[in-house]
Amino acid sequence: MTAPLLDVRDLHVEFRTREGVARAVNGVDLRLHPGETLAVLGESGCGKSVTAQAIMGILDTPPAHVTGGQVLYQGVDLLRLPENERRKVRANRIAMIFQDALSALNPVYTVGFQLAELFRVHRGTSRGDAKRRAVELLDMVHIPDAKRRVKDYPHQFSGGMRQRVMIAMALALDPEVLIADEPTTALDVTVQAQIMRLLAELQRERNMGLMLITHDMGVVADVADRIAVMYAGKVVEEAPVYDIYARPAHAYTKALLESIPRLDHKGRALNVIRGLPPALTDVPRGCAFHPRCAYAREICRQETPPAYQIAPQRIASCHFVREVLGV
Amino acid sequence: MSDVVLETRGLVKHFGAVRAVDGVDLQLRRGETLGVVGESGCGKSTLAKLLVGLEKPTGGEIRVRGDDLSRLRGGGLRRARRNIQMVMQDPYTSLNSRMTVGDIIGEPYDIHRDAVPHTGRQRAVQELLDLVGLNPDHLNRYPHQFSGGQRQRIGIARALALRPEIIVCDEPVSALDVSIQAQVINLLEGLQRQLGLSYIFIAHDLSVVRHISDRVAVMYLGKIVETGNHMAIYDQPTHPYTQALLSAVPVPDPRLRGRRDHIMLTGDVPSPASPPSGCRFRTRCWKAQPGCAEHEPTLEIRERSPHPSACHYAEVRDVMRRF
Repeated sequence: MTAPLLDVRDLHVEFRTREGVARAVNGVDLRLHPGETLAVLGESGCGKSVTAQAIMGILDTPPAHVTGGQVLYQGVDLLRLPENERRKVRANRIAMIFQDALSALNPVYTVGFQLAELFRVHRGTSRGDAKRRAVELLDMVHIPDAKRRVKDYPHQFSGGMRQRVMIAMALALDPEVLIADEPTTALDVTVQAQIMRLLAELQRERNMGLMLITHDMGVVADVADRIAVMYAGKVVEEAPVYDIYARPAHAYTKALLESIPRLDHKGRALNVIRGLPPALTDVPRGCAFHPRCAYAREICRQETPPAYQIAPQRIASCHFVREVLGV
Repeated sequence: MSDVVLETRGLVKHFGAVRAVDGVDLQLRRGETLGVVGESGCGKSTLAKLLVGLEKPTGGEIRVRGDDLSRLRGGGLRRARRNIQMVMQDPYTSLNSRMTVGDIIGEPYDIHRDAVPHTGRQRAVQELLDLVGLNPDHLNRYPHQFSGGQRQRIGIARALALRPEIIVCDEPVSALDVSIQAQVINLLEGLQRQLGLSYIFIAHDLSVVRHISDRVAVMYLGKIVETGNHMAIYDQPTHPYTQALLSAVPVPDPRLRGRRDHIMLTGDVPSPASPPSGCRFRTRCWKAQPGCAEHEPTLEIRERSPHPSACHYAEVRDVMRRF
């Protein structure tokens, strides 16, 4: 396999709050290759969005502090770059889109102005050229009548169209990495399908690395090449997409897959994961999943499971990997 | 039919020019779950509010056990209302943060004073807490001391307080995490079996609706476009909108990638303030003919649709099949 575009090693992020220190990201390792779609899957509070924000360098500090690890982009640790250097990477090399396009766009400027601004600021493009590029970008994301729509404000677009505008903005400067944080969660399912198709098409054309942050196991199955499952600030399982759905290796992944209702058959009672995800100020000792786990035994309460390499490209941090896999 | 507990006929709700609900006929039978699906703006939440009396209909009838609600007054109306309760979507904003859980669940007894004698109130609330899987001793706690899933259980307990036969659930699990969703869905199913409840289950998540529903109604721009039992809707949809909707839902099985029928709809849902003439779906429909702009299709059984479908060209297309 080619060298990764993005290589996150042992990332730690904590939030220092009055209620205590919340360890939101607790030693995360991730790699993203050119042209690859990596899904980072998890429930609220698992640290998936914080990981993305740490990679982008857009965490609010304080309360958030990156307390350890590296984010290597082309061999350079982004975490050690001065802010002005980092800013260049952020705009040109690594871009991000968010769940809520309405709050990510500036309501008082036209979308054309906001798109053109990118070229004027980062590329020194003339006003007229920048305007033309803005129209091209709206065309690229298939917004009908782009010439006229560049003059519209964000609120004049529908939810799906707004998400297209945000994608246009993120891809304006041809980044190599796109981080998409729940990009379709707020959208209706028919619009979600349109946006996921657009992202896939643009990714193919540009051989871009796509990191998709999501909770939706259906979307992941449709688009991802590899999956990293997160729980309580850690990647607990990482695997190619086919393997993880066919044979999950971590007890959490397995329980999660059994707990979702399916469109393709009616099924019986859903398997329930008892209890709640832990508060990040008070993560259980040993394996963080043990209080909710059907496989848990004494060792799970005492020792943090190491990351077992169970196959090439497959990692699972569970003391009972073999049992979960059924081997 | 005697086992119909809830029925609407030509139910209409307009907000000024916006035709949120525009002629809905539905029937709910005892002990069954009717799923109502549709995308944002289709009118499904307005429908829920109409059913529980949070909105007044612009036209049409709502009959609870045969009684037309608009003709009932005073005690008769209160008794009918008692029979149909609601579980809301957002467990964070639907519970008053300044009230204890005991007061929240017991509040219906303030209005319906004959439901439970005042001295038996605490016991009734504790039984309800127990029924929904919460600790009966927690009745003096406040909503913020509970997680999202637990709060939704509180909302369910409140809905059950007056022993209704019918519960309208408006997106009851969509604000919850996946692992918590299953807990609440199983609870709702268990309560239905135990208490013989009938559910109207409104949701945008077609997988959840398939799981829980006996029958399904698909809404588009204020109207029901197709209805039938869950197998008819999911395995043999005949309305193009239902087919497109189903084909767009991602299925958690990567082996189906590229092997499913994908119908990509163009454009967005038109504004309910100026719905298209004739068939409301025609502007996004690949089957539309000139006649669709003139004649509005009625929801009925058709030559090629064994269950009611509001499309002139209704025809079974198995969008779930694998290639």
